[in-house]
Amino acid sequence: MSSSLDLAQRLRTQFGALLSEPAEFRGEITLKVSDAERLPEICAFAKRELGFDYLVDITSLDNYGDDPRFTLVYHLYGFGHHCYLRLKADLSEEKGEAPTVTGVWRTANWHEREIYDMMGIRFRGHPDLRRILMWEGYPYFPLRKDFPLAGRTSDAPEVAFSEPAPMAGGPFVTIAGGKDALSREPRVRIPDTDALEMNARVERRDDVTNAHGEAHGPGPIEEKMRP
Amino acid sequence: MPDLHEIQFKDPAARIAETAPLPGTESGELLGEKMVLNMGPSHPATHGVLRIILELDGEIITKATPDIGFLHRGDEKIAENMTFTQFIPYTDRLDYLAPLANNVAYVLAVEKLMGIDKQLPPRCQFIRVICCELARISSHLLGLGSFAMDVGAMTVFLHTFTEREKIYNLCESLTGARFTTSYTRIGGLSRDLPPGWAEQCRKFCHEVVVNIDESETLLSRNRIFVDRTQGVGVISKEDAIDYGLSGPNARGSGIEHDLRKAQPYLVYDQLQFEVPVGTAGDCYDRYVLRIEEMRQSVRIIHQCLDKLPGGPVNVADGKVVMPPKDRVLTRMEELIHHFINVTRGINAPAGEIYFGHENPKGELGFYINSKGGGTPYRLKIRSPSFVNLSILPHVLPGHMVSDVVAVLGSFDFVMGECDR
Repeated sequence: MSSSLDLAQRLRTQFGALLSEPAEFRGEITLKVSDAERLPEICAFAKRELGFDYLVDITSLDNYGDDPRFTLVYHLYGFGHHCYLRLKADLSEEKGEAPTVTGVWRTANWHEREIYDMMGIRFRGHPDLRRILMWEGYPYFPLRKDFPLAGRTSDAPEVAFSEPAPMAGGPFVTIAGGKDALSREPRVRIPDTDALEMNARVERRDDVTNAHGEAHGPGPIEEKMRP
Repeated sequence: MPDLHEIQFKDPAARIAETAPLPGTESGELLGEKMVLNMGPSHPATHGVLRIILELDGEIITKATPDIGFLHRGDEKIAENMTFTQFIPYTDRLDYLAPLANNVAYVLAVEKLMGIDKQLPPRCQFIRVICCELARISSHLLGLGSFAMDVGAMTVFLHTFTEREKIYNLCESLTGARFTTSYTRIGGLSRDLPPGWAEQCRKFCHEVVVNIDESETLLSRNRIFVDRTQGVGVISKEDAIDYGLSGPNARGSGIEHDLRKAQPYLVYDQLQFEVPVGTAGDCYDRYVLRIEEMRQSVRIIHQCLDKLPGGPVNVADGKVVMPPKDRVLTRMEELIHHFINVTRGINAPAGEIYFGHENPKGELGFYINSKGGGTPYRLKIRSPSFVNLSILPHVLPGHMVSDVVAVLGSFDFVMGECDR
């Protein structure tokens, strides 16, 4: 039964000076990779020859104020020998890019997307590098240390949906804010009711101004909704 | 008269693969238009706020793109801005169906960082194991009930929820809260078992076994349930490892891996239990496996209650655990400990650890990077639901739309944990 330390030493004999001396803390072995560009190669070897068939996790650190700024942290595990191994590689802020390991373990796909989303580190060769937890178009990387806990304002709209709902005004959609149940009921809708008028306004909501140049936002509807 | 052909009903994926393109359609011009169907984020089968964008060819899925993050609260960012103890309530809200297990997982990670995980009093360890297994039963009962309801068996849902109610009652008398328990503390527990709790727990264990048996009779040979789950959502062993699956989803595909056996923590090495493993890797296997895991959990709880030792539940170190209040008010040293613990937090050493815990949903891991002091420099939550869901784009194509519901139900994920 080989230990994490033995496996780390075998990895070192293969790659030599590329890997640091194994560091041990609380029984866990950490190897530092001096060149992040070689990570896929090292990972592929660890998987193929050393039985690290399971990628537990990839994460990143922001050493704000230090150079290099970022550190990638890989946690490897083997079902055959039940040993963990941690690989770390530094990345400078100017580069901010590392090669992907999705070719070695497909589970790396979402982990790398999360790191890109949270810290802004790009992964070269990744099949689908998009934001995963934050929404498309969000301008910041929130887990960086220079991002404040309270958040930052951005030009992105405050609300996710600023246009009327896709079915608004349709034949089966109850009209919110009608004065009684009858006027809210779509199937008994008759012309000249408040509800229909309101409905028409809902459809025009995205117009900025009307023919007379007056602002024509959601305001009048909300006024009408008040009892 | 034209030739007659037998019509054979095969797996939809196999049918697509076999279909030779008609003459003249190689360019794809004459093929029908593919339809894009949006499922979720508010959909009863997506168990929270998972959104999947399905690309359909008729009723067969050709592409599935999960969209997550609707429940993202930035827990990891929050953790960097508070003390280790203050983060415990946030762990309740990760996998909110098994808050007790999350509490235990998190404090075990911090204790590993502190180097006090081997000094925990035996009583504390046994109580924590009971908590973990209760959480497992609770989570699996819900997973089972909602899975059955998703594929059309309403009764099971009501049945399992009756039992979950009893677990909530046990949680309430143990922790003071039914849902957000925050029961553990670094170096111990917030309180000892209340009087009579062990007997109530034992009574519950006897009752839940009957309930599990009844739920199983409702489903295991139910023709509709079997037809909708067997051979659906098959994940091979290689794919499961490659995509990093863990917990019942990995074991359903035949991976004999359980962190309680592989990396025994607490007192799991002193307890007898089996780890069930599936063979086919389909939805049915994952269901059978959860049923059996609940039985094993009951077995573990019985053993823990039998062996439950007396003594303290907290580490006798005022620098880690809050000293008792009467001593804080009467002694100088305890007052200082109390003050430092509240204002600065525990004094963790600089270093980094990863601790993986066998949660009901899979491997819940905490990676803590500390620069010393009471606040983590970086706390990464490796959530099982996040990793388990990443296989969806691989599993879903080739299935019918209605199979999505069965696959999602059998995955038993929680978005609170996935999105963090």
